[in-house]
Amino acid sequence: MDTAQGLIMKQSKTELLSAYRGMRTIRIFEDRMHVEFAGGGVPGFVHLYAGQEASAVGVCANLTDADILLNTHRAHGPAIARGADIFAVAKEIYCRGDGLCRGRGGSAHLHDVKSGLWGANSGVGSGVALGCGAALAARNNETGGIAVALVGDGGANQGVFLEAMNLASIWKLPVVIMVENNGYAEATAADYAIAGGDIHKRAAAFDMPGVVVDGHDYFAVYDAVLEAAERARAGHGPSLIEAKQRRYYGHFEGDAQSYRPKGEVEEYRKNRDCLKQFRQKVILDDLIATAELDAIDGEVGELIDRVYADAIAAPFPSEGEFMQYIYATDT
Amino acid sequence: MSKKTYRQAINEGLVQEMHRDPSVILIGEDVAGGAGAGGDVDAWGGPMAVTKGLLSEFGPKRVLDTPISEAAYMGLAIGAAASGLRPVADLMFNDFIGVCFDQIVNQAAKYRYMYGGQDRIPLTVRTMIGAGLGISSQHSQCLYPVFSYFAGLKVVIPSGPYDAKGLLASAIRDDDPVIFCEHKMLYEMVEEVPDEPYAIPFGEAKFVREGEDVTIVALSRMVHIAMEAAESLAKEGIGCEVIDPRTTTPLDTESIIESVEETGRLVIVDEAGPRCGMASEIAAVVAEEAFSALNAPIIKVTPPYTPIPAAPNLEKLYIPDAGQVITAVHKVMGRE
Repeated sequence: MDTAQGLIMKQSKTELLSAYRGMRTIRIFEDRMHVEFAGGGVPGFVHLYAGQEASAVGVCANLTDADILLNTHRAHGPAIARGADIFAVAKEIYCRGDGLCRGRGGSAHLHDVKSGLWGANSGVGSGVALGCGAALAARNNETGGIAVALVGDGGANQGVFLEAMNLASIWKLPVVIMVENNGYAEATAADYAIAGGDIHKRAAAFDMPGVVVDGHDYFAVYDAVLEAAERARAGHGPSLIEAKQRRYYGHFEGDAQSYRPKGEVEEYRKNRDCLKQFRQKVILDDLIATAELDAIDGEVGELIDRVYADAIAAPFPSEGEFMQYIYATDT
Repeated sequence: MSKKTYRQAINEGLVQEMHRDPSVILIGEDVAGGAGAGGDVDAWGGPMAVTKGLLSEFGPKRVLDTPISEAAYMGLAIGAAASGLRPVADLMFNDFIGVCFDQIVNQAAKYRYMYGGQDRIPLTVRTMIGAGLGISSQHSQCLYPVFSYFAGLKVVIPSGPYDAKGLLASAIRDDDPVIFCEHKMLYEMVEEVPDEPYAIPFGEAKFVREGEDVTIVALSRMVHIAMEAAESLAKEGIGCEVIDPRTTTPLDTESIIESVEETGRLVIVDEAGPRCGMASEIAAVVAEEAFSALNAPIIKVTPPYTPIPAAPNLEKLYIPDAGQVITAVHKVMGRE
């Protein structure tokens, strides 16, 4: 039972319950979004995170208030994991006036400075460069903070990603590059688009540690991020983690996903699912009782009902304010 | 007060702002020069020696030489700005915007709006514009109309040392991303420049010369071409009012319209291209807002619609000259 001993040493029961609650919250939130989108009430492009929950939650369990998490366009899960107000998250996705970004950003741009959550971005590799800036500022200002930049397998093929890895390494910036390789950049397979097949191997060329983990295994993600974050905090520079995973829905809602092998999602849901894996481990190791986990499931279900009712009822931004926030003087 | 070149005025402005505010950092390719090379420290100060001496004065924590990675260091500068630093990022030649366009127009310009006003991005991007050195089409353009397209950016085009120093102070102190466009043919220009720090507000055009007959709006280096033409035209008894907008965002349309309402004639002299440029924009504003004041069609004096050639004779043909401005003024005066 090396797992149990490892877990007990690294995370308290409270922390484990919080991680489970985080993953379950994202799952129910996203499953519900899938249904609501199909019903026609959600504006714009919506990219769902269901299936990948262990990744964002495993990252955020290692972050402090001084740290910055760089979000991606698949933004809902990381925003919830980082602790942004879930009511404001839902309202932003619905482009409501009191959403996180006052309805100016929408689903793909969830950003909440007070939670240390930065800029979900549609320039899919750009978060790594922005994260390097947050890391440089943290070091110059001696805040003790680090930056963790989430990026997908698609974003990892942009030039800015490679440039930023190089810059982070030569300047030993306190940054962790977390590649969420979900197998597809839009509709193009990572197996086709990634030379050599492994993004983590690129780390060696930039003189930083690079590891690969099962992105559906909360504990594996947690451990890898813990090590990388400690390295960054100690001033030893950046690391790259490649978390291999699959999304349960399409690139965006409305994607028929005809490019995916038949049965892929079913296989992942059945045998690899992060919530199932987590439950099996903690129950098997006698860390948490089934009833406690089931109780969380029930509480989260009720919360999500309230979150959606609130978002759907909320008004759109005031039209008189639509030119506000372009410049710092527009308050 | 003493005579200083455009280069010295900018260097002095940077030094003074860096002393004034410890959060100002300088970042870019060869802003010091010689990083890791084993020879002179602070070897270059940029290819035009504008930032010479700053590494020695402020140290490597505040003056950072980058690899040739515009996308990464521009993104980094935006992230640092969002974290409360005031980076001055050096894009060297504005033509290189191509490799960091996403950072400037999708990240910096939209950061505040898209995130609902949560952030301030006090970033200054210094960059060189303009033809005249024979360095061809990828080092010689005037791309401020491109920057001016994007709401969220501010754009500054100083035409001389005094304005350069004062506008640079405003750019660095501003809480929004500012693109500061230095014309490379002006670095040797000399003018009286105060020794102490001062700031020139954005959006206030300068009336460089007063006149009753024709309004000439001229941008960046073209201010001097317009002045050359205006002096010559004065001898013929034609009074030209020469206006330098100094910033294209915000653009002081009020001063331009006010002048056109007096003179009834407008010539715009711009080194940026003839299509979708600042000349087109200013012409459109005046046509919309002061059409009834016009006694003649507006004339734009710009380069032709072509990439910039390297050959000196062709490059000379490219850049608007005083002769073209005189011809345009004659035309709006009905003296062809």
